[in-house]
Formats: sequence, C-alpha cells, structure tokens
Amino acid sequence: MADTSHGTGGLTFDTTKRSWPNEMNILLALIIIIVIFEILGQILPYMNDQSFLFDTRGRFDTIFNEARLKIIILQVSIIGIIALGVSQVIITAGIDLSSGPLVAATAMIAMSFGQTELVNGNPNPKALFGVWAMDLPVLVPIIVGLTFGAMIGAINGTFIAYFRIPPFIATLGMFLILRGIALWWSGGRPVSFPTESYKFIGSGMMPVVWFLSLAAIFHLILRYTVYGKHTYAIGSNEEAARMSGINVRRHKVLVYMVASMLAAFAGVVLSAKASTAQAGMGEFYELFAIAMAVIGGISLTGGRGSIIGTVLGAMVLGVIRSGFTFVKLDGSYQLMAMGGIIIAAVILDQYRQRNRA
Amino acid sequence: MSDNVVLRTQALTKHYGGVHALQSANFEMKKGEHVAIMGDNGAGKSTFVRQITGVEQRTSGNVWLYGEEVNFAGPLDAREAGIETVFQTLALADDLDVPDNLFLGREKTFADWLGPFRILDYKGMRKATMAGLEKTGVKIPNIRNTIQNMSGGQRQCVAIARTATFHSRLTIMDEPTAALGVQETGQVENIIRTLKEQGEPLILVSHNMRQVMDLVDRIIVFRRGRICANLKKEETDGQDVVAYITGAKTQPEYEESAT
Repeated sequence: MADTSHGTGGLTFDTTKRSWPNEMNILLALIIIIVIFEILGQILPYMNDQSFLFDTRGRFDTIFNEARLKIIILQVSIIGIIALGVSQVIITAGIDLSSGPLVAATAMIAMSFGQTELVNGNPNPKALFGVWAMDLPVLVPIIVGLTFGAMIGAINGTFIAYFRIPPFIATLGMFLILRGIALWWSGGRPVSFPTESYKFIGSGMMPVVWFLSLAAIFHLILRYTVYGKHTYAIGSNEEAARMSGINVRRHKVLVYMVASMLAAFAGVVLSAKASTAQAGMGEFYELFAIAMAVIGGISLTGGRGSIIGTVLGAMVLGVIRSGFTFVKLDGSYQLMAMGGIIIAAVILDQYRQRNRA
Repeated sequence: MSDNVVLRTQALTKHYGGVHALQSANFEMKKGEHVAIMGDNGAGKSTFVRQITGVEQRTSGNVWLYGEEVNFAGPLDAREAGIETVFQTLALADDLDVPDNLFLGREKTFADWLGPFRILDYKGMRKATMAGLEKTGVKIPNIRNTIQNMSGGQRQCVAIARTATFHSRLTIMDEPTAALGVQETGQVENIIRTLKEQGEPLILVSHNMRQVMDLVDRIIVFRRGRICANLKKEETDGQDVVAYITGAKTQPEYEESAT
C-alpha cells in the first residue's frame, strides 16, 4: 500500500506556524499614517514644528499629546460601535445600510423616554409625552432603544434570510423607512432635555468606554463562541454551513439583530452626548461604519476579518480626520482622502486573496 | 426486516417541479457492505444521496436506517442518526481551519446555557481531530491551516476524516476523487479500504470504473432517475456495467422502469 503522507509534513500542531495576522498590516498602516502627519508637522512651513503625536509644549504629564489622542478616539467611538455590528454582518457576506437612520430613529424614540420633567424649574419645553414619561429610570430609555433596534434587525434579517431579498436592497429600504420614522416620531421637532443619568451615558469619555468594552466583548464572542464560528462559516461558504446543519437563516437574523442593537445603542449614546435627539442625526454613519470595517480588513466577500481589525480601521479614520485638521486642511480634503483609503483597502484585500497559496 | 440491513429505501421518489429526478428507487445494503452507485450525469445519483441525507425533502417513499424508519428534516438530523456524507461540492468553509470544519455545526462547547453564545472547546476539538486523522491515516501538515491553503487532496481528506471522527453508522461519498490527481486519489482510496477493514458501511458515488471495481462489493446503476441494475462485483465487469449505464441492457427485474 502506498505511503499516504503528504510531502514532508506529517501530523503536527505547531502554534508558532500561525501566519502573519492581517491586523498587523492595518496597525502598520496606522503607524505610517501617524508618521506622515508627524513629518508634515515638521516640514510644512506654516506648522511651526508642531508635533502631531507628542506633547511638545509640556501641557501634559505624558510624552503624548493627550488631548489629541482623546479626541481622535472620541470622534470615532460612536460610529465605531456601529462598525462592530456591521463588521459581523459583512463577515456573513451581507451589508447593513440602515444603521445611520437607525441611530436617528433610536435617538428620538429612546430620548422621549429619558426626558426630564422640569428644566430650570419650568416644564420641559420639548416634552413629547405627558408627565408619565418624565424622569423615568435611565434603564427604560435604554431598553426601549435596544428593543427597537432588535426589532428592526429582526425585520432586516427576516427579509434577507427568509424572503431572500439581497441585503443591499433590504437595508436600503429600511434606511428610508427609518429616516421616515425619525421624522414622524415627533413631527420633525427635536426631543431634548434628558435626565442627568441619561446624559451620563454620553458624557466625557463614556462613548470611548462603551466602544472599547463592546469591542472587547464582541472580539471574545466572535472568537470563542459558536455564534462567532457560525458567523464566519456562513460568510465563508454558506452552502457548506447549511449542509453542516447550521440553521443559516436563523443565524443571519440573529446577526442582523445584534448589529441593529449595536447601532441602536450608538443612537442612545449619541443623543446622550448631544443632550438632544434630531431626525437628521447620524447622517452617513452607516457608510463610515462600513468604511471602518473595510479598512480594518473585513472582507466584503465574507468569512474574513476581525473586531480588532475594525477597531484599528476606526483608528485609521480617526487619525486621518484629526491629522487633516492638524495640518489645517479642511473637510473637503478629508473626504477625498478617506474615499481613496477605502478604495485602497479593498484593492489590498483583493490582492491578498489572489496571492494566497 | 433483518437487523443486518443498514439502509433500505422503498419507492423513494423526488420531483423537481415537472422533472422526475428520482423515481421509486428500492435500495438495500447490509452491514459492512461497500456499495457503488453509478450512472450517467443526471441519472439521479446525487438526487438519491440528497434524499437519504436530508439535504432535500423527498416527494414520496420511505427510508429505513438500521431497521428504523427515518424522516430527516435536515442534514443535521441525518448526521445525528449516524449518516456521514462527503459531498461532491466539498462542504468545507475555506476560511476556517481543520478542527473548525470537522466540527462545523456540532462544535464541542462549554457553558451550553449561553445558547448561541456558548463557548467553544478548541482544545477538545483539536484533540478529537488529531485522533480522527490518525484513525484514517490522513496526514495534514498543520491542522491550524485554513482550508484555502490546502491542496484538493488534503481538502478531500479533511472531508473524509469527519467520518472517522464521528463514528458514523453509514458513510456516503459523492464523487470523492473527481477533482483529484493520481496520488491524491490513491490516498483517498486507501482511506476507503481502511473503512472497509473496519467494517464501516459505505455508499460510493463514482464515475471511475477502475475505482469502483477495486473498492466495492456491489454496484447499483441509475438511469434516467431509476435504478436499472443491481450487480455483484464478482458477476460483472466494466463493459457490462457500461452497457447498463448507457441503456443497452436492463436487468429483468427492473424492466418496467426502463422506458
């Protein structure tokens, strides 16, 4: 009988043989971008040798420019929370375009249960409901918001998994529906003056705390639970997942629910941070969230990428935004640069795929 | 019914709309037996397999596994009943590694009360994977490699190793060597021989006459959605089988179906 061994291999389990993780490339890109801004700060004549990253004026105890670092991460935290969810959707080879309007709709709905009765001793001028909905425990608006998100996610997921509507179309429809709901909820008027505990959800660095702790939780979930494994399996080979006995439809609904609940939570945090909820909130958030995921190495064809990558992708966007402000280039250039980077990220991803053994 | 029968189907039928892909197939196999299913493209071989394994729902007919009538609602049911299938289109997820693929859909877990968020037992799965691979004599350089980095033969071996890992009661292989080179085909055939020695019953769907004559005890020929011959290996040869496949011959007991 012929020898059945394959080449020189033999049966091994070698932990050191794990390949160079994709996340390292993104980290490298992040560092390169920071270095570029650092150099620009030194060579551009109008910059007066400012440093992008380091504290050159002795304003902080650390060697880094703490204020800038805080702003970089604070700016991307709320969209980052959405990106955590949309990453999971993209890993299943889907897409969710409805998250931006969901932020707005959830902000409106949640805050109407988080308003305070008296503003400076006068009745709340923006009160939407009667006194019964005033000064409720902060858990009420959060639960209302998350429930609304779960409901929207379940609808998205059901249309996509059971009625086989392409994710792009299903969530595009939901995009418009949710914008409509956000406008309809209070007749277009903003909902304002939340309770102190509601405000606390979005105060100071709280968005960053939410973003990073949710990122840690979902990193663990995707890596170490059946939910995560099935999410990757469906994106990698949906037919194989189905034949392996995974309930693909139910799992997809679950993933869209998780994603929408994260977007809904982002809406609560955003409205708390702004102390007001308006129907126009969260414009383009869905696109920036997708951009963070894609820059972070989540493949649009599904099956590949990680939460760590998405967090790094969020940081890349944050650094670019902050860097352009630093070198005093206005928003128009930022948008152009971000667009270019998104396209570059997808090209890189395809290049990597082609070059696999 | 004898306890010796692993699988029996009666009048198994599948229609896809107006297409009668499988018509009243009566099939029986005994313990330890290796049976080949042959036939032209579209003869109903894969359809037959899909009905037994619960991937599709049959239009009518009955299936018994070890004397027990079974109605699989899905592939997982069939698996739980002990039918392990290596599909023609490899049911492997490219971005996952070997243990992940072996245990896909039936992961070893901790803390099952967490529902879909129950925790994976990576160590246990790796251990069982190694054991399964050793049992079948499959060698793979590194089980932590994702499937996409593997050769066709290695992929096929991973798919087959599932069988050994889960102590199946019936193994079904749908064209396991169709896309493989000579050396890789030899490797897969060796695994099949190992299964024979261990007395594991097997249904092999194949186009490869040499392979079939080499490996199995009995050959069932499908033609246009119907079974047209049931041949013992000792009583037939390649030319004879081809005659049945092409329609030049039909066994008398299947005469009525050979329209």
